[in-house]
Amino acid sequence: MQNMVLTPPVPERVRLSQRLARRGFDVTTLLLLPALLFVMVLFVYPAIYGLWLSLHPMNGGGWLANYTAFFSDPYTYDTIFTTLKLAIPVTLVNLLISVPIALRVRHMRYQRMLTTILIIPVTLGTVLTAQGMLNYLGPLGWFNRVLMLLGIIHDPVRLVHDFTGVFLSQIVGGFPFCFMLVLSYVTGIDPSLESAAAMLGAGPFARFRHIILPLLGAGLAITFCLAFVQAFAVFPSAVLLGAPSGPTRVIAIAAFHAAYEEYDYSMGSAVAIIMGAVQIIVVMLVMKASSLLYRGPVAGGKG
Amino acid sequence: MTFNNEMGARLWRLAIWVFIGFFIINLVGIIAAVVVDSFGTSWFNSWLPGGFTTGWYRQAWSEFQLGGVLLVTFEVAGAVLLGSALLGVPAAYALARRDFPGKRFVMLIFVLPLIIPPFTYGIPLASVLYQFGLGGTLTGVILANLMPSVPFVIFILVPFIEQIDPRVEAAARVFGAGTWALLRTVMVPLLVPGILAALLLVLVRTIGMFELTFLTAGPGSQTLVVELYYSVFAAGMRASQSIDAMAVIYMATSLICLVIALRFVDPTQIVGRAKRTTH
Repeated sequence: MQNMVLTPPVPERVRLSQRLARRGFDVTTLLLLPALLFVMVLFVYPAIYGLWLSLHPMNGGGWLANYTAFFSDPYTYDTIFTTLKLAIPVTLVNLLISVPIALRVRHMRYQRMLTTILIIPVTLGTVLTAQGMLNYLGPLGWFNRVLMLLGIIHDPVRLVHDFTGVFLSQIVGGFPFCFMLVLSYVTGIDPSLESAAAMLGAGPFARFRHIILPLLGAGLAITFCLAFVQAFAVFPSAVLLGAPSGPTRVIAIAAFHAAYEEYDYSMGSAVAIIMGAVQIIVVMLVMKASSLLYRGPVAGGKG
Repeated sequence: MTFNNEMGARLWRLAIWVFIGFFIINLVGIIAAVVVDSFGTSWFNSWLPGGFTTGWYRQAWSEFQLGGVLLVTFEVAGAVLLGSALLGVPAAYALARRDFPGKRFVMLIFVLPLIIPPFTYGIPLASVLYQFGLGGTLTGVILANLMPSVPFVIFILVPFIEQIDPRVEAAARVFGAGTWALLRTVMVPLLVPGILAALLLVLVRTIGMFELTFLTAGPGSQTLVVELYYSVFAAGMRASQSIDAMAVIYMATSLICLVIALRFVDPTQIVGRAKRTTH
């Protein structure tokens, strides 16, 4: 008799709204819907539509005609390798410079001033950087003048309208980007871990190799991916500073050419999808490689 | 042995500072070359232009119809600010406060526009906009720029909202605050710093956003950065000083926004998407 009273009465049916609320769906969750709908309409739908469009070639042929056309003409499929040849070295250089500088700067007093200066090229963007570099690195620009004044060179070196110009512009814009990301990861590492290693007699290189690098691995992989994706999509500087019909004909130029100069949106979407696919493959390879490294807390032993 | 280590460490430190110095000198050179050229009369084979004038600004202003272009730029930026606040803030609140099945999937959908570069989805997006008759219009440019801004605001605000104690809201409820009163007197005052920071970053990004505007804009809906691209692309048709004058106007616009933004946010936040929680 007593036991019967203690067990709460189980209702026949819980109201649907209550059951949903118990799993996390209530009015507050609904606040998500406008934004989700917006992204669905303007991102997910265009992505699916682009895929559909790319499989319906404008000039007839099978549904893969755009892709076979892309991969059978060296002028188009070489853009993949041109872009990779630019994007991978640029990303690696930016990352390799960023790590030691971030490690040096993290305890500095004027850190904020330096980051403020370095954010400027990121803010100004590639178009302005390209225009500035055309002036600055041109045959009559200050850079060549200083080198000639110092007697390092006798004739101006060709830095713009070439591969070098695009490469340098990607460093001017990409290094600050990498540096900021690496700095934010580096400052997350507990300095006491390093002090402990130093006290046990580890030199700077051993500390880096056995403490910083494993802890930084995942962050470096993410930085690499974000920087690589930016470098891979290079467009304005490849057109303005490079040789857009030759050594710096990157894949974004091929996509733009197909969609906006030949008015073939079907082919343009196909190139854009190939571009996205190559990026995703590289990003997945890097993330896979980084998952083989150490993963764990970066905040010290007590957790 | 100790001596060698000491020397090595010093050389290492020196090398790092030399690189930073070299980078900053070149950066200043790149920017100064544009500014000096825009004020120069004629500049060929010399260190500095022959004379100085402000005439190129007047010329650039009328040649490129910069008044109209600036108006378009600020219309786009303003609409994107408003739109990303209206869509992003409620969504960020919901994501910060609720756990529900499929949340990871929703997060994935929001993160994709931020990691896939604009050029990859810009072309399909532009063709969809043209399909609905919005391609080349101001509305189309605004929608295209709003697309990555909404997830951007969400990812900045989610950690910000998570650190506000939900018990504050619960307490307000206990004392009888309705939803509207709760929003007006508790949530908005607490959220304003975060919303302000996120929107300033959106402003800086929208003014500098080249690709999406470039792919979706038509005549009359181009923002400053796209106009600058076209004039550099067609260099030779206009005097370089005139193009540089426009570049300086662009630079001033985005740097003013940057300076305002830096008063409220940490520079690393502009690059990293979300403020990382400090341990």
